[in-house]
Amino acid sequence: MKVTVDEDRCCGAGTCVLLVPEVFDQREDDGVVMLLEAAPAEGFHAAVREAANVCPAAAITVAETA
Amino acid sequence: MTSTVETSPAGVPDFPMERAAGRPFDPPPAARAKQEESALTRVRLWDGSTPWLVTRYAEQRALLSDPRVSADIASPGYPSPAPLPKDGGSRISFILMDDPEHNRLRRMVTAPFSMRRVGAMRPAIQQIVDDLIDELLAGPRPVDLVDAFALPVPSLVICELLGVPYSDHDFFQDNSKVIIRRDAGPEERMAGHAALTGYLDRLVGEKEAHPADDLLSGLAVRVTAGELTRAEAAQMGVLLLIAGHETTANMIALGTLALLEHPDQLALLRESDDPRLVASATEELLRYLNITHNGRRRAVVADIEVGGEVVRAGEGLILANDIANRDTSVFDDPDRLDLTRDAHRHVAFGFGVHQCLGQQLARLELQIVYSTLYRRIPTLALAGDLADIPFKHDGSVYGVYELPVTW
Repeated sequence: MKVTVDEDRCCGAGTCVLLVPEVFDQREDDGVVMLLEAAPAEGFHAAVREAANVCPAAAITVAETA
Repeated sequence: MTSTVETSPAGVPDFPMERAAGRPFDPPPAARAKQEESALTRVRLWDGSTPWLVTRYAEQRALLSDPRVSADIASPGYPSPAPLPKDGGSRISFILMDDPEHNRLRRMVTAPFSMRRVGAMRPAIQQIVDDLIDELLAGPRPVDLVDAFALPVPSLVICELLGVPYSDHDFFQDNSKVIIRRDAGPEERMAGHAALTGYLDRLVGEKEAHPADDLLSGLAVRVTAGELTRAEAAQMGVLLLIAGHETTANMIALGTLALLEHPDQLALLRESDDPRLVASATEELLRYLNITHNGRRRAVVADIEVGGEVVRAGEGLILANDIANRDTSVFDDPDRLDLTRDAHRHVAFGFGVHQCLGQQLARLELQIVYSTLYRRIPTLALAGDLADIPFKHDGSVYGVYELPVTW
């Protein structure tokens, strides 16, 4: 799995951090998403997909790799 | 109170619709019936206009994420919930703007509402809640829970975060109430808004001279740096002050009433100290009660094919999140309050880039209240009959005006 985030689209709602704080965080100065782990461990895959699903700004993209 | 639908001669139902008698926690049955029929349907507003009511979860999310949909109240076709003042009135800051301006202003106030910064407020919020419960227990019974607890909790929290003196709470709570009352006249609402704006304008001015460690001081620094006008800063302050307490206060009082009416669910919360249950209970109450019951409002700026219809540029959209949260394609048995279900996909905070900025703060406040109040007052009970409780049918945010409780 490869995760990318679009900082320009992010609206800082924090829904991704709520679901997977191991993979997502927010910048201290403006609350915009920070990707902590672009290739998260398998145990986080379902939660990361859900974070992309509920992101209100569609700022998270998940590419499934073999 | 009846559950019948007023229908205009053309057969288009009036909106907002009425809840059924004796079902104060459920959305209007007529809206649910429309949802079963189709994803989009026409409704008639106070001004005779006939925007689309978007009834289903999937279509609401798609439209709220679509760049061809505008949140700008000045866009042609925008379905205004009430008459606007003759001069168009002042916008309540960035919630009624589109990107890029919306994004520029929202980012200036996003950091204090991040997961991490909100999490750091936990001990302070727990203290506020504990102190107010101490006062409740030491005071007379019955007591109005709205006045003595539900309103002071979020009001104290947002005042602390913004840097607004809580001692002024009578002034800003009275003016907030007028602004969000659906049946208040345009002049009355504008006067309330002007009073609050003037108050915040003075506060920002004071913080330009003497900045402290709070959100308004952060805005004041930007005013001094020329990134923002003081008027814009004051508008944002008004938005955050109103949004910061009217919403959470209603979730506390209405949530408590819903739990008292579902004693088996209340027992789950009272008897558990599992933070996962408290978290799922909070999401479920947000879903089930969905207090922003007038729908999200938008205007279409370019034709969009959606849900078997084409919505045209210049038409209005009302995205009814209350019924989206009862959509059977997303939530099993949606009319059942089930604190153990996974309700996190709810749209009680809206969807798209305007989704509630303060949602992590609201979650934390509600989690602390729901996990503390019923454990500390295990015999909490309604003092009187449900039938006598005054519900905010006329409010842009649903809830109860009063909640007499005893123990």
